[in-house]
Order: sequence, then structure tokens, then C-alpha cells
Amino acid sequence: MNLLRLALAYLVDRLGTTILTILLLALGVATVTVILLVGHQLRDRIGREIAGVDLVVGAKGSPLQLILSAVFQIDVPTGNVPLAEADIVRRHPLVARAIPIAMGDTAGGFRIVGTEPTLLEMRGAALARGRIWQAPMEAVLGAAVARASGLDLGATFVGAHGLGGTGFAHAEHPYTIVGILAPTGTVLDRLILTAVESVWQVHAPARPQPTGPPAAEEHGAEAHGDGAHRHGEQEGHVARRAPPEKAEITALLVRYRSPLAAVQLPRLVNAQPSLQAASPAFEAARLLAIVGFGLDAFRLVGIVLVTAAALSVFVALSNALEERRGDLALMRVLGATRGLVFRSLLLEALLLTGSGLVLGLVLGHSTVEVLAALFRQASEAGMTGWVLAPEELWLLPGVLGLGLLAASIPVIRAYRTDLASTLARA
Amino acid sequence: MAAPSPGSGPVTSEFAGAAAVTLEGLRYTIGPRTILALEYWSVPDRGRALVLGPSGSGKTTLLQLLAGLALPSAGRILIAGRDLAAMSEGDRDVFRGRTIGFVFQALHLVRALSVLDNLRLATFLTGTERSREELEALLQAVGLGERAGARPADLSQGEAQRVAIARALVNRPRLILADEPTSALDDRNARTVIELLLARAEEAGAALVVATHDARILPWFEQRLELGSGR
Ligand SMILES: Nc1ncnc2c1ncn2[C@@H]1O[C@H](COP(=O)(O)OP(=O)(O)OP(=O)(O)O)[C@@H](O)[C@H]1O
Ligand SMILES: [Mg+2]
Repeated sequence: MNLLRLALAYLVDRLGTTILTILLLALGVATVTVILLVGHQLRDRIGREIAGVDLVVGAKGSPLQLILSAVFQIDVPTGNVPLAEADIVRRHPLVARAIPIAMGDTAGGFRIVGTEPTLLEMRGAALARGRIWQAPMEAVLGAAVARASGLDLGATFVGAHGLGGTGFAHAEHPYTIVGILAPTGTVLDRLILTAVESVWQVHAPARPQPTGPPAAEEHGAEAHGDGAHRHGEQEGHVARRAPPEKAEITALLVRYRSPLAAVQLPRLVNAQPSLQAASPAFEAARLLAIVGFGLDAFRLVGIVLVTAAALSVFVALSNALEERRGDLALMRVLGATRGLVFRSLLLEALLLTGSGLVLGLVLGHSTVEVLAALFRQASEAGMTGWVLAPEELWLLPGVLGLGLLAASIPVIRAYRTDLASTLARA
Repeated sequence: MAAPSPGSGPVTSEFAGAAAVTLEGLRYTIGPRTILALEYWSVPDRGRALVLGPSGSGKTTLLQLLAGLALPSAGRILIAGRDLAAMSEGDRDVFRGRTIGFVFQALHLVRALSVLDNLRLATFLTGTERSREELEALLQAVGLGERAGARPADLSQGEAQRVAIARALVNRPRLILADEPTSALDDRNARTVIELLLARAEEAGAALVVATHDARILPWFEQRLELGSGR
């Protein structure tokens, strides 16, 4: 016999009430947990996607749409921009780095994105197998693409025109898989990456491309060096490939060289006939504000549930202790001090709220995991139940505190119980 | 067998073989009402005493005063030479657990616990150690060897009464207080229970005070305290 066994015996003795109370508490905690997890992962994910990108330059239109399409790869682009205009930005002295993004096709539902290896560097993406693309029509698969398609190094595939995945197939322009990325936890996992030239080649009028072998040699040399060697070659990279006359890209991901750029560059970009500049940080904040309202509403529901659950802890313990006044007095007669009786009741309350809390956390995390498994959007957004939102740590003292507060009233009443009258009455 | 010793003089607490119970100038009032008034009463070490009186005469109240569950309005109560009122509440709780075994009129078995665990609870709350074998031997002695795992709700009245007695004995008290232990029982059960109480008290070397209005058990006791009808 010890305090724990005693408390457990009492909880088991009124199993129905105990289970209901724990379930109610668990539901509240689970709701709050789901909201915290989703909110945390959303913010975290958005932060990871926009990291290293100060400005996105693309076709005029909705700035949010530009960010969504070029950075998050979820919306359709606002259009394409002429390479010549984009080069004005690339060559600007206040630009430290500008990564081109060229979109147009999909394969197996995954976007084919023409870009430069710098994008991988920026995201810290490592190759799981194979190598980076060195010539047009060589492709590197994101981890999720490789897993979903089952395609391996050396396999070929063709793109389908358009981002809807229903366009005609570019059957005469097959891609060859040369590399597969390790998971990054960013949108790269769901992209097929290739050289910008590939996108041009696929969409060029049917005539032989002048580029090819020379570019391959150039990249071949580059691949032997480590990442640091590539930096110097960034400027004029596209230009050296002798792009087709009216070559276009979809967007440029720009990194400023100095804070001064934030003042000058957007104005310069927006002055160009077909360009617009959008700040990912600003648009992401706007996006979060919209989503955040929904999350807040859910959070309120969760708090109401937890409060209701705390009330049920109060009711359950009040009833239990009322029923048990005789037992409590008896414990005193058997030699228990007030303190010991107090501790045993507190332990019972703690077990009740603790189980509700733990069950709620498990339930909340499982729910997010199940949501991720059920809904493609959730898994694409990188949702998983296997992480801990830092705010969850507040749930521990919060819920336990609320449970103990709810328990304290009946427990204190029991503590004050007058022995003689209680026993005489029974 | 100790002889009844009313009026044999006050027993001081310094005396090693102190009387189990000594009352001096006891008065217990609730509001304006005097529930109990006793000039002097004593039960010797290992003595057996019966507290008699009609319903409402204060039998239960007296046992509760003896157990320190209530404190006298005036006068002194010495249990094994110790003045209960002079102790702190916590000390009194501990003293009560170790020195006094109480069999309630309403038994008060903990229904959430098995018979065996009801005994364990009593040892746990006083911090005494009893092996499972000792506890089972005790249940055996009250004729409940087979019922260790049963819940109080599943016991007959007589069985429940015997569990309550076993629980009062488990901490080897110096004084056993039993409130109406036989009133709810038929003749045969009443006889079993009272003989059990006497035998166990004898074996444990404890004094026994039984409060009752049950005339059937008069023959077993030499010392009697008659309480008047309620005032
Ligand atoms: N807490 C209390 N408040 C008010 N009156 C009380 C209280 N406890 C006991 N009494 C009164 O004290 C008197 C004695 O009660 P007690 O329970 O000691 O009687 P008893 O002799 O044990 O009776 P019974 O044989 O019916 O058990 C009764 O009149 C009772 O109403
Ligand atoms: Mg009574």
C-alpha cells in the first residue's frame, strides 16, 4: 500500500466518471495541441521557405501570388519575364545573389523547375544519390518525388505542359534523372529540378538548340570542385549559355548585398515594364495574419474545452470526496495526518489531470499525423505529428495547474472535515 | 484477568504500566447542551470494559473522546498515560494510529479496496510494516482467510464486522475501542464477534472498551460504565 495505489484504487472504483473526466480533458488538450502544432509547423515551414530570399522578382500581378508560386510553389505564376529585363536585376551591384526560377511543366503531378544549383545550396539540400544536373534535360528529383514516382537514377520521363498536369506531353524532350536529393523539409522535396536551359529547350520552337555540349563541359569541371567554386560563376550564367532570342524566366529569388537594397531595388524593379518586386517576409506575414485568425478561433474553442474539462475535474472530485467523507475521516482515525490525506487527494487529482493531459497530447499529435496522412495538402505542407511545438510546454503547467485549482476546493473542504461529526453521522 | 478498578485512584503518566484509559472531570458540551459528564473512570492496562446506556446517552461520543477524535470541553483524558489534548493535532493522529484500534458502529470499510488492502491501508497510514503473511494470518484468525481478495461490498454483515475488527488489530494497539460491534448481528454472529474481540485483545495484550446497548454481551464483561439517558 502506498499513496499511489490508494489514489489508483479510488480512481478505478469510479471508473466511469474517471474515464469520462480524462476523456473530456484529453479532448480539450488535443484540440489545443493540434492548433499549436499546425500553427507552429506552418510558421516554421514558411520561415524555412523564405529564408535567404529578400525579394522575389517576377511578372506584374498579385505580389502574394508571385511569392506563393515562386517560393512556396503552390499557386500558378503571375507570368514570365524576359531574361533581358531580369538581367538588369541580376547584374545590379546591390544584389548578392539572384536565383532564376523557370516553370512551365509538371511530371507525375510534380513541378519541373528550371533553376541553378545555388538554389540547392541556399536550402542546404544534399544529394542522396547521383550528381547535380550538368546539361540541359538532366534532372534531379526531390526526395518526395523520388519516393512517389519510384524512378531511379538513369530513368527518363517526359514533362506534361502546364502546371495543371493535364497538358500534352513533351514526348520529344525526355528528361534523364541524374540525381536524387535527400529530404530537406522544404518545397524542394516535391520539385523536379533541372537547368533553366531545359525549360527553354522544351518550350522552344522545334529546332536544334545551340547550347548543349559546351555547357556540359563547363559544368563538368565545376562538379569536381566543391560548392565554393560555383559562386564566382553565377553572374552571367544564363547569358553565357546563349539563350534563345526571347528567353524567359518565371522569377528571380534575390538576396540583397546590403540593407540599402531594400530601399532602392524594389523601386527599380517595379519601374521595369514587365517586372514586379514582392517581399516574401511581408507577404508571408500577410498570409499568416489571414491563417492566424482561423487558428485563433480554434484556439479559443480549445481553451473553452479545457476549461470545461477542468470544471468536470472539479465536479468529479467534489462528488467523489463528498461520497468519501467517511473514508477520509476514517483515514484520520487510522492515524493519517491531515497532510497525508491532503497529499493522497492531490495525487488523485494529479493522476486524473495528468492522464488527461498525456492522453490529450498523444491524441493531438496523432490527429496531426492522421491529417497529414489523409490530406495531401497537409503532408505537402510538411505537417507531421512527430514534432513538439515549443508552446506545448506551457500546456504542462497550464493544464496541471488548472486541474489542481479545480481539485483544490473539494480537497481543502475535505482537509477541514471535522472527524467526530463525520463519523458519527455515517 | 484484570479486575475492574473504578475508584482505585488516579494513575500518573510517569507510571510505566499506566492504565489504558483514565478520565478526570470529563465534560463534553455542544453549544449549551452537555452531552457527557464523568467525574472519574479508568480502565486498567489489558482491562475489558463495557459502556452501556440507551440511545443518545453519549456512548459513541465517549469512544470518540477516548480516540481523540473530539476533545473534551473540560477535564482530562489519559490514554496509556498520555494526555490527548496536550498533543498537537498531527501528533495525536500518529499516536491514535499506533495506540488505538477503532471498530466503528458503521464499520467504515474502504469499499474501493479489497479486504487485504483495507488492512494494508491501516498499516500504511501509521507507517508500520506487516508482511503479507502476517496480514493473512490475521484474517485467518478472524475466520476470513478465504476472503482476502473480496471487496467489502461483497461481504456479509458478520464478515464485514470481522474485517473491521482485524483492521483495528493490525497495528497492535494498546487500546481497542468498539462501537456497537454486535448490534446488527444475530445471536450466533454476535457471540463469534465478541469472543473474537476478547481473544484477540487478550493475545495482543490490549485493553478493550466496547460501547453497546446489546444486553446479550453483558456476561462477557466484568467492568461496566452506565451512561444515563441523554440530558
Ligand atoms: N456533532 C454533534 N452535534 C450535535 N449533537 C451531537 C453531535 N454528536 C452527538 N450529538 C448528540 O449527542 C448525543 C449523544 O450521541 P451519541 O452518538 O454519543 O449517542 P449514542 O449513545 O452512541 O447513541 P446510539 O446508541 O443511538 O448510537 C445525542 O443526543 C446526539 O444527538
Ligand atoms: Mg452510538
